[in-house]
Amino acid sequence: MIGIKSYGAYIPRYRIDRNVIYSAMGWLNPAIYMAGEKAVANWDEDSISMAVAAAIDCLNGMERGKIDGLYLATTTPPYMLRQNSGIVAGALDLRSEIRTADFAGSTKSGTSGLLSALDAIKGGGAGNVLTCASDCRTSKPGSAQEHLYGDGAAALLLGNEGVIATLEGHCSVSYDFPDRWRASDERFEHAWEDRFIRDEGYGRFMIEAMSGLLKKYNLTIKDFAKVVYPCLYPREHAAIARRLGAEPGQIQDSMLPTVGDTGSASPLMMLVAALEEARPGDKILVASFGSGSDALFFQVTEGIGEARAGRAVKKHLASKKGLPSYERYLAFRNIIPMEMGMRGEETATTSMSLLFRDRKMVLSLCGSKCKRCGTPQYPYQRVCVNPDCGSVDEMEYYRFSGKKGTLFTYTGDNLAASTDPPAIYGLIDFEGGGRFWFDLTDCDLEAVKVDMPVEMTFRRKYMDEARGVHGYFWKATPIRA
Amino acid sequence: MAEGIKDKVAIIGMGCTKFGELWGKGAEDLMIDAFKEAIEDAGIEKKDIQAAWFGTHFEEHSVGKGATSLAMTLKLPFIPVTRTENFCATGSEALRGAAYAVAAGAYDIALALGVEKLKDTGYGGLPGGQNLMGTRFRLIGPNMTAPGAFAMMATRYLARYRLSPDEGKMMLARVSAKSHHNGVLNPKAHLRREVTEEQIMNAPIIAWPLGLFDCCGVSDGSAAAIVTKADIARKFRPDPVYIKALQIAVSSGEEMMYSNWDGTHVESGYRAGIKAYEEAGVKNPRQEISMAEVHDCFSITEAVTMEDLQFSPRGRVKEDIAAGRFGLDGEQPIQTDGGLKCFGHPIGASGLRMMYEMYKQLQGKAGERQVKNPRFGVTHNMGGFPAMNVVSMFIVGL
Repeated sequence: MIGIKSYGAYIPRYRIDRNVIYSAMGWLNPAIYMAGEKAVANWDEDSISMAVAAAIDCLNGMERGKIDGLYLATTTPPYMLRQNSGIVAGALDLRSEIRTADFAGSTKSGTSGLLSALDAIKGGGAGNVLTCASDCRTSKPGSAQEHLYGDGAAALLLGNEGVIATLEGHCSVSYDFPDRWRASDERFEHAWEDRFIRDEGYGRFMIEAMSGLLKKYNLTIKDFAKVVYPCLYPREHAAIARRLGAEPGQIQDSMLPTVGDTGSASPLMMLVAALEEARPGDKILVASFGSGSDALFFQVTEGIGEARAGRAVKKHLASKKGLPSYERYLAFRNIIPMEMGMRGEETATTSMSLLFRDRKMVLSLCGSKCKRCGTPQYPYQRVCVNPDCGSVDEMEYYRFSGKKGTLFTYTGDNLAASTDPPAIYGLIDFEGGGRFWFDLTDCDLEAVKVDMPVEMTFRRKYMDEARGVHGYFWKATPIRA
Repeated sequence: MAEGIKDKVAIIGMGCTKFGELWGKGAEDLMIDAFKEAIEDAGIEKKDIQAAWFGTHFEEHSVGKGATSLAMTLKLPFIPVTRTENFCATGSEALRGAAYAVAAGAYDIALALGVEKLKDTGYGGLPGGQNLMGTRFRLIGPNMTAPGAFAMMATRYLARYRLSPDEGKMMLARVSAKSHHNGVLNPKAHLRREVTEEQIMNAPIIAWPLGLFDCCGVSDGSAAAIVTKADIARKFRPDPVYIKALQIAVSSGEEMMYSNWDGTHVESGYRAGIKAYEEAGVKNPRQEISMAEVHDCFSITEAVTMEDLQFSPRGRVKEDIAAGRFGLDGEQPIQTDGGLKCFGHPIGASGLRMMYEMYKQLQGKAGERQVKNPRFGVTHNMGGFPAMNVVSMFIVGL
């Protein structure tokens, strides 16, 4: 049986109240108003970092050596050349003998990745494939998208044994639907009229995919415990349900008022939320939107009770902090030029050969553990740091990324150039041993305390715009509720 | 057991420029000014110098790499000149090179000169330098500055000894206030203004819990020393200053990567102190060391150094600070010249600037700042960060 083995999600900590956006930019186009809030990636987050977070949530301690593939779907890939899924796989410390692929270009890329992974498993090419969908979309100030789009990610581990939901069928339609587009050298997207998108897109071909699936498998909408599909227009979202003949209770919350539309991640995040509430025997219909639509039909198994509970959608939704300033939001998304001082203008070259040589250290946060004395150490040492040991070349790789730690000491640095000063960093003592310096993120200086527990999170450490480099590394963060 | 260099090397001449934001002077001007004073003080001529060691750290911001800038600026005639660099202990490394050379008998007279032109960077604080600790560290190290690195030691110190932020900041404020008081008396100091404890405690935070006045200044400056073999030193002057001990210790990585460091002291400082006291024959540093110039890049650094050098018991420096032990009129004056706090920290010059003060004090030439009958003076020059560093320590006496 092929299907979903595990699920995970990620919603960034910050939420901005749409009234804050409206107060700042409503003068430009007063008709654009949406209630609620949306999730905002921190300044050091992007599609790659959020995908890693969702993947970690999905794996939740699962043996990584058994993963045969990593797919990443996003319409906002940090790199156009240099595989984004490869960076995610590196951060997850997956084996090199795996298949990685990026799925991009459409908000339906999340389900495209999902179907491709399921096909690979079905075809025998892979046993377990981790599919991540993640989007961090930057919108023009004053645009409707600025209200609509939120940041987030989902991850699903797919396999052919121990599944919590089996794939029972699927139906896809593909159209060159030019509702929204962004050329390869453009930062912001363009959109055609909403009424066109609503009527010809959501109202026509997303329903076509879902109806096609019902017909193909001789089902009615009433057979489904949950129907999962995104829609940018709340009223149309409800109308689609009515047209399908579904009851409101069957329709999965789109999270538009709480997270916003997360693009390629939206249908997968909604599916994760549905799985969190699912019971054995439930049938779930999932459809995506963008250049057509993929509809998938899952049936929940008895295994759902043993699903590894990470934070998924529910806990991530509840764990949040308001971002009270629109200007800070713009700064986080690098939309307004900021005076970073001359210190902030200095950017050293990234040595790519060094990065590749040290990829286990940098991307996977692997240090070493001494086979003689058992001391974990970071970064990787050939000579044991334990003064009573000092063994040479008796090391094995030791991954710190999943280890919890305590904050040995810290500071909040106002001199260091930072998008979100003060730069908070400290020395972390890892459970089981090992100590190193790390930046801290997703925290406020007032709440940081000596000896507080922390966990590690993969983030963009720096951006070298002149050389087109997004530098990634791990940071510590207070353990998120 | 190595015998060390105790009483084998004497300092016979020193020079030190005024430190400050010397917009009108380049590194070369500063080198010449320090050098002129040093050879005049030693009563020698340039041609008497047989070898030189040159300390500068941020070469990219002033003179570039190598030692040619010293040789070519001073027109040293094809003698051996070597550049030294060891983080903020760079100046002491220049003196160490010169001292070892004459102790070894390789040369009779050697020059050590350190310089740094920091005020050509365009911004406050030390230059950033993302590759300061190597190209790998740039990929994995935190977005750290010097104040932040030392602030982490203050955070841990306060936590370990259960000091409230106010108690901790008061302890540190007294350290800085004392140095500012001394700096007022020193015409060569950069910052020459009394600063009250209240001002210090209320100053803007640079890196929590350190505020503006917990941090040393950023300045331009140069200092130089002429050393010779001890047995011929009195031919040059009646009051040469002898090196009683010269030790350095460098982090092994334990502090940063192992979990045995308590974060409230500098292990290399403690180790360098032990070795230096042994070399000099000092049994009780709290009693026998008359005065010291220590590496007060930040107030917390000076505070823990009092414990590292065994001037105060562990965790108890607060009491000694409050009692005024380290003031100019106290039992063990520290930073009699105003320290890094008031001189600022032109990296390559600082270790030699510290020695300049000890030299003048031992010779009884420190004017209003004169310590009564000093016997042993210490310079303690630290480079790097509390978790990863080098500490150089000299003990000098007549």
